[in-house]
Parts: sequence; C-alpha cells; structure tokens
Amino acid sequence: MAMSRKRILGTLAHRAAVLLYIVVALFPLYWLLKVSVTPTRLLYSEGVRMWPSKTTWAHYAFVLQNSDFPQFFENSLIVSLSTAAVVTLLAAAAGYAISRFEFRGKIWLIGFLLVTQMFPLVMLIAPIFKILSSIGLTNSLAGLILVYSAFNVPFAVFLMQSFFDAIPRDLEEAAMIDGASRFMAFRQIIVPLTLPGMAATLGFVFTAAWSELLFALMLISKSDISTFPVGLLSFVSKFGVDFGQMMAAGVLALVPAVLFFLLIQRFLVQGLMAGAVKG
Amino acid sequence: MAEIDIRHVRKSFQNLEILKAVDLSIRTGEFIVLVGPSGCGKSTLLRMIAGLEEVTAGDIVIDGKRINDLAPRDRNLAMVFQSYALYPHMTVAGNMSYSLRLRKFAQDRIAAAIGEASRVLGLTALMERRPRALSGGQRQRVAMGRAIVREPQAFLWDEPLSNLDARLREQMRAEIKKLHRRLGTTSIYVTHDQIEAMTLADRIVAMDAGTIQQIGTPADLYDRPANLFVAGFIGSPAMNFLHARMASETPTRSALILADGPRMTVPETLGLQAGQAVIVGIRPEHIVVGDAAPRQTGVAGKTGTGAGEAIVDLVEPTGMGAIVHFRLDTVVHKAYHLGRADWKAGDHITVHFPTERLHFFGATDGRRLN
Ligand SMILES: Nc1ncnc2c1ncn2[C@@H]1O[C@H](COP(=O)(O)OP(=O)(O)OP(=O)(O)O)[C@@H](O)[C@H]1O
Ligand SMILES: [Mg+2]
Repeated sequence: MAMSRKRILGTLAHRAAVLLYIVVALFPLYWLLKVSVTPTRLLYSEGVRMWPSKTTWAHYAFVLQNSDFPQFFENSLIVSLSTAAVVTLLAAAAGYAISRFEFRGKIWLIGFLLVTQMFPLVMLIAPIFKILSSIGLTNSLAGLILVYSAFNVPFAVFLMQSFFDAIPRDLEEAAMIDGASRFMAFRQIIVPLTLPGMAATLGFVFTAAWSELLFALMLISKSDISTFPVGLLSFVSKFGVDFGQMMAAGVLALVPAVLFFLLIQRFLVQGLMAGAVKG
Repeated sequence: MAEIDIRHVRKSFQNLEILKAVDLSIRTGEFIVLVGPSGCGKSTLLRMIAGLEEVTAGDIVIDGKRINDLAPRDRNLAMVFQSYALYPHMTVAGNMSYSLRLRKFAQDRIAAAIGEASRVLGLTALMERRPRALSGGQRQRVAMGRAIVREPQAFLWDEPLSNLDARLREQMRAEIKKLHRRLGTTSIYVTHDQIEAMTLADRIVAMDAGTIQQIGTPADLYDRPANLFVAGFIGSPAMNFLHARMASETPTRSALILADGPRMTVPETLGLQAGQAVIVGIRPEHIVVGDAAPRQTGVAGKTGTGAGEAIVDLVEPTGMGAIVHFRLDTVVHKAYHLGRADWKAGDHITVHFPTERLHFFGATDGRRLN
C-alpha cells in the first residue's frame, strides 16, 4: 500500500512538473494572443489582467488591410521557403558525401564547416554588406536567401550526415548489387528512409530564416522587400509602440510556421528505420 | 552459372595489407565455404567479388571475363547479408521484386518470379508485410528470396545465418543446401560455423590473416589438415597437440619421444633429422578413453599404439557423449567419449591414441609431415 501511494505521489509530482513547464513555456504565447485581441483603450487602463473585459479583432483587421504586412509575409515566405529548400538540398548532398565517401581533404572540409559556426554573426555583417553591395545583392530577396543559405548550410550538413550515418551501408550496397547505380540507390533507398531527417532540416532552416532579423534589417532598406521581423519593428515609432497591432502581426506570423510544421510532421514522426536490419 | 577465378588478389586498406595474394578457382555450380577467424578477410574477399570493395592488385575473372572494374550492378551476382539489409520502406514483394523492376522486367514476369520464389521459401502469406513486421527467420527468407528471383550468375553469402537461433539455423542450413541442389548456382558462403562449413561445402577454403591456408573438401580438411592452423581450426572440440622430438627414423617407421618422456613408434616417415621438434595432433573424438583402452602403461608398444594412464580433470556431458578433460603429465587434453562417462575429477583412466589417427606437424613451420 505504502508503495503504491508513493508511486501515485511520484506520478502526480511528475505531471505537475510537466504542466508547470508547459505553462511557463507557453505563457508568452498566451500573452501575445491576449494583447492582440485587447482594444487599445483597455490596454493601459485595465492594468494587468489575465483576459480583457472586452475583445476585438480590430488589430488584425488593421494589420491585414492598412499595413504592409501582407507584403512582408509574402517576402518572408519566399525567403524562408527558398532558403529551406536550397539548404536541405545542399545539406543532403554534402551530408551523404561526408557520411559515405572517403576523399582527400575531408577532414579539412569538416574543419572549415565547424569554423564557420564559431563566429558571432554580428562580426560578419559589415564585410557581408560590402560584398553583397558590390555585386548588387543588397535590397534583394535573392541576396537574403544567399546569406541565409550560407549560414545555415554547415549545421544542416552535420544534421543530415547524422541521419545518413544512422542508415546501414548494407542497404545501399544491397541495392547496388540488385542492379542500382549509386545515385539510384541514393534516390530509391536512402532518400525515402531519410525523409524524417530532411523534414527536420527543412523545418529547422525554415524557422531560422523566418525569424531572422539582423541581416534582414541591415541588407534591406526598402519596405516593399522587407521581411516580417523587420516589419514588426515598424510598429515601434518615435511616439511609442502599438502593442495591439504588433501582437496581431506576431500571431499572424505564427500561422505559416505552424502550417509548415503541420505539413512536415508526418515525416518527422515516421519511424521508418525499424526493421531495416535485424531488430 | 559461372566459373569464378580469383588470381593473385590483394587488398590493402591505408597501406595495411588485409589480403595477401589470394588464389582460388571456383568451378561452375560449386558451393565454396570460406572459414577463418574473425578479421582474417573473408568478408573483404566476398565484397571484392561483389564489387563493393576495390581490388588493390590481381584479377577477379568470371567466366573468362575480368570484372575488376565492373560496377556491382553489372556483375549479375546476388548477395545475402548478415544483417539481411532488407529495404524497410518496401513490402516483402517490393523487396523481392526490386532487382527485377530495376531491370525493367514486365509485370507478369515479375509476378511469376516472386510468386515462385515465395512459394519455395514459404513466404506467400507475408508478401504485403514490411520487414519490421517479420521475425528474424522470415527476414532471412526474404533476403534469400530477393537473391534467388534474380537468377544470378552466383550467390554470395556473408554469414547469413549467424543472427538466428540454433534451431532455426539448422533448419535454414538444410534449406540452403536444398536450394543449391535445386538451382545448382555457384555459391561462395562465409561462415564461422563449423557445422555449416562441413555440411554445405563442396570445398572449404580455410583462411588466416589474409592468406589461404588450405583448400579442399570437408573430409580433406578434417582428415588431412595441411598445417597446424587448419588442424586447430577445423573440428570441435579442437584437436589436441603434443610436443615431441624425433628420435630415429627407418624407411618405414619413426620413433618419437614425447615431451613428458614416453617413446612412441609410428609407421610413417616424417623426413626429419633426429632431435628435430614435432607436434603430434589427435582429435578428441579419436582418443579412446577408459576400459576400451588396452591396459598398458607408458605411451609405447611394439604395435605402435600409444596408451597411457591419465587423470580426469573435468567431464562435460553433451548428451550424445561427453568431453573428458584429462591430464597427461602436466598438460590438459580433451577426449570426446561417446556414451556415458561416469568419471569424476581425479579418477585415473587409460587413454589410447590410435596411431592411424595421428597428425604430425613440423614445430617450426607448422606444415603437415605425414
Ligand atoms: N573499410 C575498411 N577500412 C580499414 N580496414 C578495414 C576495412 N574493412 C575491413 N577492414 C579490416 O580488414 C580486416 C578484415 O576484415 P573482414 O571484414 O574481411 O574480416 P572477416 O574475416 O569478415 O571477419 P568477421 O568474421 O569478423 O566478419 C579486418 O582487420 C578489418 O579491420
Ligand atoms: Mg565478415
């Protein structure tokens, strides 16, 4: 009896800890939602309340109809999707090569990839701005895609390499003996098995690009090609911050990210590897 | 069906020589088993034949055609891996038909081929399952099915049964043997398992440290091991070795002095000088123990038979018989005694080494002398 009561207490404590974590983690999100539906009038007059006495969709309506936000979203989507696609393709190819082949300079290549991860981005802004402006890639979404891709590739390569490393070589060797070329074995056997890994890489890079502010701010000065994190800052004016509209824009910005993850989650949770080799 | 010729093949990984000039010629339809201790290069040799490893030097020739530089897919060989290497995202049918689909076979031919193979292997009910939903034995069968639908020139097997339990291994061993009898396809089979090697092979290739030690029928390797390595490797429990010294030799017989003193005369000429060291080998199952041995003391006798008194160290019953560990002088040897063995540690027994069952090896080079 004592044992089982102890166990119940343990379970309760465990659940409570998880719940506490969830509440703390999600509270800012809740606050974002709450402020976005609070009428500006009540924002300062009601003090700190868990839910306003009156709610409104006015901030959303304003952001969608009267601001540049739809344009910002479109820019952000183009940049993030392109970056995610470019990086995942490159990382899959490079990760596979590092996982499977021995080639001259491999150690150096891996070393350089690691070195690129060592510098704080702030240090690199000035030189990158110089380089891009000399080839006319400032104030262009393509320039942003290029920079984001360059900065995300190294980590994504290591990520993809670890997924390829987890797939036994026997599988592609069996395919090659069965009559496939190495590329066919890669496409027909390895790629289907690394889809979860590719989805994870895609999601990781997408969110990184979606929320990037520093380069977006420095490399782009025209508002019609700004991305949405830059746009968010436009609510901060000399005269104050329009929190309601800013939060509404923030909530809207979550939508594509959430949709994207819903789209790829099917692959993320796929446990395809079970049964590849003797389990 | 193919004849495979391995000519002076060498393999090095980063300047480390793994295979040293391997020569082996395999006849059409032959079942060759490669055995040897772990790390001796069996898998490496098999993978070079399959085209998965480059050949450092030498030639691999199939039906008169040098295939060193051919891609694995152009060699028309099938391989069964120890891990099975089934494609996890394909069904059993998908796994078995993959090679045929790659070769753009017509649908009805593919269906016929995998239907036939699945019937032979008893997989018909499992065709729509994924590998992860199969037991180890079933996966093994699928791996075999995938190999046979191709009708390849030769089968390469790399320890295909080592992940199965003893009972299943016995059953699959018999199935592989029947399969080979039915298809008659040239096969090269790598294993650690003595019984698999003895039962399956037309010829066994015993390897050690990257060199072939002996090639011969299972009976050859058992009856006349070419050197100490093969003598010690083939057979279980392993052969006993006694150190001896040459005393004298006449044209028909040799007299030896065993390390612990007794003399032994054998009707063989070993071609050694007096005083040279010899290693005498005898298999445990050939030692006669207990009452069956003539009551004599000392390992000597005019008839050339050796018998002596020994002390029991340990008895391991196996059901069919017992492994009797006994001490001769200070060295412990093993005998395999068929039937009941009621001795206890410390008991005195007589052991008898029939001379026609003795093997003699040079002590320096380990080569067979008789
Ligand atoms: N890619 C490689 N790089 C370096 N050394 C290797 C490589 N592959 C194999 N070796 C070495 O070659 C030797 C032979 O390996 P191999 O796999 O052929 O042994 P094996 O006889 O099949 O052993 P086992 O019975 O354990 O499977 C081993 O010492 C191994 O470490
Ligand atoms: Mg091996």
